[in-house]
Amino acid sequence: MIKLIDIAKFYETRHGRVRIFDHVNLAIGPGEKVGILGRNGAGKSTLIRLISGAEQPTSGRIERAMSVSWPLAFGGAFQNALTGLDNLRCICRIYGTSPDDKIDFVQEFSELGSYLREPVRTYSAGMRARLAFALSMVVEFDCFLIDEIVAVGDARFSEKCRVELFEKRGDRAMIIVSHDPTYIRAHCNRASALVDGNLHHFDDLDAAFSFYDAAMAAPAVAA
Amino acid sequence: MRVSLRDSLRSSAIEWRVVHALLMREVLTRFGRNNIGFLWLFVEPMLFTLGVTALWTLAKQAHGSNLPIAAFALTGYSAVLLWRNMPSRTIGAIEPNLALMYHRNVKVMDIFLARLILEASGATISFVILSIVFIALGFIAPPEDVLRVIAGWFMLAWFGFSSAVLLGALNEEYQIVEKLWHPSAYLLFPLSGAAFLVDALPVAAQQAVLYLPMVHGVEYVREGYFGSQINAHYDLQYMALCNTVLLLLGMAQLRKISRTIIPE
Repeated sequence: MIKLIDIAKFYETRHGRVRIFDHVNLAIGPGEKVGILGRNGAGKSTLIRLISGAEQPTSGRIERAMSVSWPLAFGGAFQNALTGLDNLRCICRIYGTSPDDKIDFVQEFSELGSYLREPVRTYSAGMRARLAFALSMVVEFDCFLIDEIVAVGDARFSEKCRVELFEKRGDRAMIIVSHDPTYIRAHCNRASALVDGNLHHFDDLDAAFSFYDAAMAAPAVAA
Repeated sequence: MRVSLRDSLRSSAIEWRVVHALLMREVLTRFGRNNIGFLWLFVEPMLFTLGVTALWTLAKQAHGSNLPIAAFALTGYSAVLLWRNMPSRTIGAIEPNLALMYHRNVKVMDIFLARLILEASGATISFVILSIVFIALGFIAPPEDVLRVIAGWFMLAWFGFSSAVLLGALNEEYQIVEKLWHPSAYLLFPLSGAAFLVDALPVAAQQAVLYLPMVHGVEYVREGYFGSQINAHYDLQYMALCNTVLLLLGMAQLRKISRTIIPE
């Protein structure tokens, strides 16, 4: 179980204190798949970072009774001067697992071949995305946080990712942020919409989308 | 009570795991795998100290005692490298590591610790190797009291560590710290006791210079090295007090900025 209790997040900016959201409550049980809807800049990624613990809320409390992944996104979370293999070793060390039995998996899954031993800065965007996904799969978690992890590489690679994440790890809890309604519909059984700093919960995806579409049709409230 | 002990053991195990991961990463990004690789960790400070020793010897630097200049440069300049390079490594350390902060267990203190352990190790290994070489070649006599040398060195490392945590954390909120640190470090060097013995100064200047904590550490290292030949001035309690205050302020500032950091 993960519980967000009365979470608020404010950012200090040059034009004063900005409210991203407040009075946010959310509970995710084992195996639940929750979609988070929201327009660009609504605070979806901030919410994911708070749940992961990478960032601290301004107020409120987060209880994590199961292990939670870092926010899985394409790009980021690695060091460009190092090789793909060094990045793998670094992540394994941070999470206290051995990299030895994961090298073959990462090399095969990312399709990087001998490039795994070259610095990440020499990789193309596609290669980085494939490496990022492969690295995300080397540590096992009870709950995966997935931030806009949709279009990676070609259709064949997307299918590989789908099998790895949603079939092999189908029993885990997931919190998924995406702009793509079909992606949320395919993988979530409930959704919450982040609109104007409030998180609205829906047990039913159709209800969530009709609320969200109506909110999107209305003009945005200026921050 | 037992639970909280187990929790804190567990979190210190995680802390160490993370610092170890960051340390290995830091070694690779800083020194790479080319030429002598991580040996640069102590070869670079050795080159600095050797260069300064050579320059001071050629210039017949007046330092107010009959000590050989090599002994003077070795103790003085190694000490400068120790306390001065530590803040230089933490100032601006957060920004290039923001991607790593995506991992919940990676804290700002871990990034600082990894860098500071490396920096202190480099300066210490350089000091030890050069001491052995200088002694073997007969440039200087072996230390009269090794324990005092170690204690003085520890005090300097503690001063460097505390200043580094405070300045590194302050810089995250006020970027002016980085701009001011370079000139201050440069100006503090001649005042730090590296290039003079406190005893050689006029009494008024002695009192002024002894406000600087690192002077006490350098004097104590020299007391250990050649105490019978000089009259060292130090107050380790004063230095320990300064180090503690700096460290507490640093931890407070670190706590403050940790709540505002946004991973990239």
